[in-house]
Amino acid sequence: MTSLPRWVWLPAAVGAALVLVPLAGLAARVPWRGLGAVVTSPASVDALLLSLRTATASTVLCVVLGVPMALVLARASFRGVRLLRALVLVPLVLPPVVGGLALLYTFGRRGLVGRSLEVLGVQVAFSTTAVVLAQAFVALPFLVLSVEGALATAGQRYEAVAATLGARPTTVLLRVTLPLVLPGLASGAVLAFARSLGEFGATLTFAGSLQGVTRTLPLEVYLQREQDPDAAVALSLLLVAVAVVVVVATRGRRAAR
Amino acid sequence: MRAARALPALLAGALLLAGCGGSASGAPEQGLTVFAAASLEGAFTELGERFEAGHPGAEVSFSFAGSGDLVSQVAEGAPADVLATADTATMQRLADDGLAPEHPALFATNALTIVTAPGNPEGVTSFAELADPGLAVVVCAPQVPCGAAARAVQEVTGTALSPRSEETSVTDVLAKVASGEADAGLVYATDAAAAADRVAQVPLPEAAGVVNGYPVAVLPGAASPRLAQEFADLVAGPVGRQVLADAGFGPPPAP
Repeated sequence: MTSLPRWVWLPAAVGAALVLVPLAGLAARVPWRGLGAVVTSPASVDALLLSLRTATASTVLCVVLGVPMALVLARASFRGVRLLRALVLVPLVLPPVVGGLALLYTFGRRGLVGRSLEVLGVQVAFSTTAVVLAQAFVALPFLVLSVEGALATAGQRYEAVAATLGARPTTVLLRVTLPLVLPGLASGAVLAFARSLGEFGATLTFAGSLQGVTRTLPLEVYLQREQDPDAAVALSLLLVAVAVVVVVATRGRRAAR
Repeated sequence: MRAARALPALLAGALLLAGCGGSASGAPEQGLTVFAAASLEGAFTELGERFEAGHPGAEVSFSFAGSGDLVSQVAEGAPADVLATADTATMQRLADDGLAPEHPALFATNALTIVTAPGNPEGVTSFAELADPGLAVVVCAPQVPCGAAARAVQEVTGTALSPRSEETSVTDVLAKVASGEADAGLVYATDAAAAADRVAQVPLPEAAGVVNGYPVAVLPGAASPRLAQEFADLVAGPVGRQVLADAGFGPPPAP
């Protein structure tokens, strides 16, 4: 790699500080002495377990739906594919509260789809399903972007070769395309998981907040802050720790490979 | 090239305008920053306009949020002159740290009421019916003032609710009921009044014994304590009483 111009270091350092200094600010306020009691309280444990469960479910949902979406966007050619790509990425720029309202008017009891579900006796509102839906809504674009980028980088040469050798489309997909984009898929899944873990606005607007059912860790932090800011800081640290473990574990493994 | 030459001229013009703005407003302008509980938004906005009308040059700016939020912000050094919270316990957290006066004056009370979707489709008539497990009931979490009041009403009536959700703010409860996600909810009488047709109200006489007192305090760090005190006096005085009553607040308890 050619050497960087020296001036690049200054804005890069400022950028790093912008991310790291607030984390230090949070850490400076952590009530280390009462930490154990706060983090192991039933409400915190419920919130952490719910967050891990829902973020996992949402990541699985994102992979199952997002990989085919990325394939269509990267490989299919039809009119409007560019418009579709732009629309699919909308949740990236949407304030989460707006996403929550959109979900509410879709899956709520009087919503576009929710009305029919209500007739069938299925209620999404105030359920853990609502939390997973909210998380998948905001996390899906991260996965689609990652996988689509990997597909574009991988190109279609190997797929073409496999096809000329007589492999059927499904075989090409499973034996050639997917293995090629596996790293992109992995990092996309990590991003989706992390985004799901941090989801707050859409969940609050759409799913409600009840211990063990819909109150994920970010909602618990938000609630604790009302009465006991120290507890909120302690829980925030827990959230940061989980996020760091997830990101470092997966990044570290990829770097080692 | 032309654009490049125009840029300095534009900048100079902007600076000139900014300079004018600073000097044109005159000398005696005084800002007053009021932090008030979200439920006070309508009443305080009107009181702010009246205050400005009676104090030429004074400019009142408000920050409306949950009481817990406001108290945290003040504790972190937010520049507030006057603070009004939705219950005494939240204000007391500041007083404990010496950041607010002890025993501030109460200027209003607020009681809980039952709200349902418009037209009351489930036919709710009493608090006891809210315990029906088939009914989606939403309340505030006990950590916030409206949730503490909801818990107190349950204790007074001996009716335990199993809510579908415990929201962080009373506006979230109202939104869930107004959108039809919840069948019924417990909100302040003032919120029900402000929501007008978006919800139906069911009287909750049992809540009369469980009212939140709203304290108002001039904070020790106020930039102009005199102006701040005058605003607090307006809120607690006859004008404030009338405006607050129109918004659905009850009178403060007799001292």
